[in-house]
This record gives sequence, structure tokens and C-alpha cells, in this order.
Amino acid sequence: MTMDRRTLLKGAAAAGAGAAALAVRPAEASSERPVAPPNAYGMLYDATRCIGCRACVTACKAANNLPGNLYDPPNDLSGDTKNIIKLYESDGEQSYMKQQCMHCIDPGCVNACMIGAFKKRELGIITWDPDRCIGCRYCQVACPYEIPKFQWDTAIPKIVKCELCHHIIVDPQTGEYKEGTQPGCCQACPKQAVIFGTYVDLLADAKQRIADHPERYYPAGDPQIFGDTEGGGTQVLYLAGVDFEKLGLPVLGDEGVAAQARSIQHGIYKGFIAPVALYGILGAVIWRNRRAEKKGGSDE
Amino acid sequence: MSKHQAEPVGGPIIFNRFTKFLVMFLGLWVLILLYRFLTGIGTVSGLTDGYPWGIWIAFDVVTGTALACGGYAIAILAYILNKGKYHPLVRPALLTSALGYSMAALAIIIDVGRWWGIWRIPLGGFPDMGSYNWNSALLEVALCVMAYVGVLWIELGPAFLEKWEATSKSSALVGFARFGLKFYDKALIWIIALGVLLPTMHQSSLGTLMLIAGWKLHPLWSTGWIPLLFLISCVGMGYAVVVWESAVSSKVFNRRREDSMLISLSGAMVVVLGLYLLLRFADIIISGKFGLMFTSGFLSFMFWLEIALFAIPMVMLMRAKDRANFGTIFKASMLIMLAGALYRFDAYIVAFNPGRNWSYFPTTLEILITLGTVAFEVFLYIVIVKRYPILSGTRAAQAAH
Repeated sequence: MTMDRRTLLKGAAAAGAGAAALAVRPAEASSERPVAPPNAYGMLYDATRCIGCRACVTACKAANNLPGNLYDPPNDLSGDTKNIIKLYESDGEQSYMKQQCMHCIDPGCVNACMIGAFKKRELGIITWDPDRCIGCRYCQVACPYEIPKFQWDTAIPKIVKCELCHHIIVDPQTGEYKEGTQPGCCQACPKQAVIFGTYVDLLADAKQRIADHPERYYPAGDPQIFGDTEGGGTQVLYLAGVDFEKLGLPVLGDEGVAAQARSIQHGIYKGFIAPVALYGILGAVIWRNRRAEKKGGSDE
Repeated sequence: MSKHQAEPVGGPIIFNRFTKFLVMFLGLWVLILLYRFLTGIGTVSGLTDGYPWGIWIAFDVVTGTALACGGYAIAILAYILNKGKYHPLVRPALLTSALGYSMAALAIIIDVGRWWGIWRIPLGGFPDMGSYNWNSALLEVALCVMAYVGVLWIELGPAFLEKWEATSKSSALVGFARFGLKFYDKALIWIIALGVLLPTMHQSSLGTLMLIAGWKLHPLWSTGWIPLLFLISCVGMGYAVVVWESAVSSKVFNRRREDSMLISLSGAMVVVLGLYLLLRFADIIISGKFGLMFTSGFLSFMFWLEIALFAIPMVMLMRAKDRANFGTIFKASMLIMLAGALYRFDAYIVAFNPGRNWSYFPTTLEILITLGTVAFEVFLYIVIVKRYPILSGTRAAQAAH
């Protein structure tokens, strides 16, 4: 049998179709949008109540055994700061802002992490496991709030971010909430600007505050809770008197940042069918070509 | 692999001023690496929490492996599209691919902060078996790249075995080489198929990687079509590298150039470039980003620069008459490599804007580490083509046949 142009084209078409199937599958709308776990806990930060005393920053450092103190306060999240209070001031507007991990319902970091150093665990808390992390920093690329920080100036670096004081509030035996405990920052706050509770309670509380004092909250007329739907929702919720964007929160759709990438990955690699099929097709085409060649005919 | 007259180039490894410089530079590189591993990434690089990935990823890994797609691109032609005449290009292309991917793997070890735990990734997350996160595009890239480095060296195996079979004084090594070559005769099909499958998977996923950056990546680059665009452009870059390598190695090692093959290869490049441009514009128009091509300031300029770098070589090679001139092909190849590299730099660094006044420019040491990795690759290339049968049309081969 000689290799004719028709066989060649067939081979090319088959391989091309396989490659195309691998590369583009329409991003199916993710049918199941992740929801908060039933026992999810979180925080509610109300910027209108915050007085900027930074007691929470110090308490966070103490609770997590991080270096630094109130007399030399950090000015941003970093490899040794998991919680920060910032001041926004412009055109007569003023507001404090607290930053720490948002504990997303559909977290970018967890979706990005190769072997699960980042995990959404008990109470929906996202924790970091040093034994699994290789320091690739893909979590930093993936986080829409830019929360995970890397220790740049050490030979043995860690990823540092708020873990909602998982080591304090979760009973290691049962994995349940340890009654009466709170994350360091919430315990320290003298004005209850940041409070701890179940996700459901916090959401209800935030709605109640809006109902009680609609004039206090942004945007005027139709106050919003940041984290209710943004980026697929977060277990840390925000109320503020000024635009969330001015406070450093990004404008996000209702889906998590990982949703699109995930649907593409799943579309291509579902059950590993497409790669295995392509492998089979490629092998068959090469085998045919080689057999034809051995029998003494190649196309050129 | 079909018969063609690949021969070692022969002669001393350090044979001119350039190679002397290369060795000295590698000494410096080792010292800088030592400094990086003792003091951390921040002390040698311009990387920050805003820009966690810099040139080590964007150039060494993402651009480096795309430029190392010569083996992939030629394998598609020679084995899938059954253009048997391209076989003499296969081995040199595989060598640059194997070296390029190995250097990318090395760059990853330099880049990751907790590199001592990397061995867990091929082992399923050992000791917590099954901790693979299949949602992670990076996991897929990591596994595919690791596997492909192995596959490339296996594909290149016959070059080493042939040499040992012909010249080794140890009878055990000769026996091993004979056995190995028989094994290749049976298994090569499935190895080659793997050598086409794996790059198809991870070169596209290298694009998918940046989708998760969400708002940080400019919409002209952040698109669901990015995997396909990365895949197609890496094939074009692969062909370009084969042309470039053929030209440079023929000059340096005084060997015959595969002109007629490269001329017809450049026809394939036109198709690849055209397809890329078509899809790039189709995506932008379909997803309603038309205006962004003109209103994104500096990024609009970068976008059009990319487009020009893809379009100019396509036009240069469009007519058969122009393709007959090797100088034209050579210049076009350089532009294609630049185009693909710029597309990747933009997607990973330039169009990536984490806001909040973050900025990134690589430090001198960071650039030297990248240059050292390239120098190491060039050095290994010289060693291997001088000692093992990779290139055909060398003076040695011309004397023998």
C-alpha cells in the first residue's frame, strides 16, 4: 500500500480534530455554583463603626505569633502581617478599612493550589499547609483580593494569610467550632466594628443594620453588603459608608475567579477521555504512516 | 526514526572565544544561584507580592518551553502529517526541545520558594496520596512538563545508543545499546504519540493558567480562547526555532543547511500565523472587546506590536517566490520567535496589573540568572552535538558518505 494524499489528509484531519477537541470546548456554564458550607463561620466588618485603633492588628499578631508591635505598626499585609487597618481619605470622604483573607466560598487560591496546601476546611476556613506548599505563588496570582503574602527575604519562606484563627476556634478532635472562642481581631475590637459569627447570622445582622440605618451605608439609596455575591460570595462580609472600590475591594462578577478556568479544565479533561482519545488517534496515525513507509512509499 | 546521516560534529568542546566566555559566565551563574538559595528570592529579584511571577516564569518557563516546541512542531509534520522528508530535522529539534524543557524545569526549581518539597508533585502529593487538585491548571502543566522532559530524552535516546553501540569499549554498554535500539523499534510509535500529546496539553494550559488572574489581566489577553492561542503560537515558534537552529548550526559547525526542507516548512508557518491572527481577532470581536484594541493606552500599543510581529512574517512568507530566499525565511523566523515571546510576556507581565501601585522590573541578578540558564542550555547543546550523532550534513558525515 502506498501512502496517498487522501490517507495523509485523513491523518491530518483526525489529528487536527483531536487537538481542537483538546483545546477548545465551549466553557459550559458551571451548573453547580459552590455555596457556603452549612456550618460556615466568618466575620462582618462595619467600616462605619471602626475608629482605627488597630487593636485588632496587635491582637492578630499575638494570636498568630507574628513579629511586630503597635509602636512600629505595619502599613500593609506582608509576610508577617495577616490583618491590617488602613485609612482612606479623599475629597472630604473618610473611612477605615480592614484587610485580611475573605475566606471565599469559591476560593481562587484553593482552586489554584497544586497539591492542596490551600484547603477550605472546617467551618469553611481556608488554611495553608506548609508541608504541601512548594512556594510556587500561583495562589498570589489567583487571589482577586491579593491576600496571600510571601516571605521574600528568607531561604525558607512561607505563605502568610489570615486563617480565621483556625488554631484557636476549631476543636482539633471534633473539627467543630470551639464554643466561646473568637479570632484574635474580633475579640480585641472595642467598638464591635468587626464581629465573628456564623455566616448565616452575619448576613442577617448586616441586612438588619442596613434596614435600621440605610443612610449610613454605601451606596446611598440601596446599600450593599460586599461579599454577599461578589466573586461567588465570601464568608467575610463588609459594610461601609464609601465606595468599596475606593477601599481597595475589586469589582467582581457573581462567579469566583476560578470558575472560568475550571470549566475549561473540566471541559477538556473530563474523565480524561479527550487526552486518552487523542493519544490513541495519534498512535494510530503514526503507526499507519510508519507501516506505509516501511512498505516503501512515503508521500514525498 | 528513519535512516539519515546524523554524525557527531567532533572536536574540542571549548573551541573559540565564545565558548571560553560561556564557561566563565556559567561560573558566575553558579555563584548567583548560591546567593539566591541562601538568602531568598527577594534579595536577588524584583518580585513582589503584587508581581509574584517575573521573567523566570514568563521567559524561562513559558517562553522557553514554547521556543522548545521545535520537537513538537516537527513531530507533527514528520510523523502525524507523514512528511517523511523532514526526518533529518527531527533530532536537532528534539535536542533543543529536550534542553529547553530541562532548563525550564531548572528555572522552576530556582523560582519556587519551597523547592525542597517539589518531589511530592510527581508522587501524587506523597505522603498524602491523592491530594492532587485537578482544578489546578498549574498541576496539569507541572505533571505534563515533568513527563515531557522524560519523553524528550527518551525520544532522543537512539542518538546516545547508536553512539555507544558503535564506539563503546564496554561490551555491557554495547549490549545495552543493542537491546535499547530494539526496544525503540517496537515502542517508538507510542513514545512519539506521547511526545505530541503532552505539549498539546500543557502548551494550551500555560495559557489557561492566567485566566484565574481575573481582573488583574487585561481583557485583550484574558479570554477563554487563550489556551488555543497559546497552542497555535507555540507551533509557529517551534518551526521558527528549527529554521533558526538549522541556520546557526550550519554556520558554526560548517555543515550543509537543509534549505529545501526549511523553505517548504515556512509554508506551514504561514498557515499557523494566519490561523493565530484569525482567532485572535475573531475572539476580540465576538466577545465585544473591539474598542479595547484602541483605548487601552500603552497596552493597545503592545497589542498592535504583537499583531505586527505575527503579521509581518506571514506577509513575508506568503508568496512562494519569497520563501525561496533563505535570508527572508531566517528573518521571518526571528520575528515569529519575537512575536510569540512578546505575546507571552504581555500575558504574564505587561498586561498583568495587580493595581495598588505595584510595579515590576527584573533586577540585574534576576536577569543574570535567566541568562545563565540560557548559557547552560547553549553549553550542553554544544557538548552533545559534538559528541553524539544529532546533526546531519556535518563535515564528518560528508567525509563518511
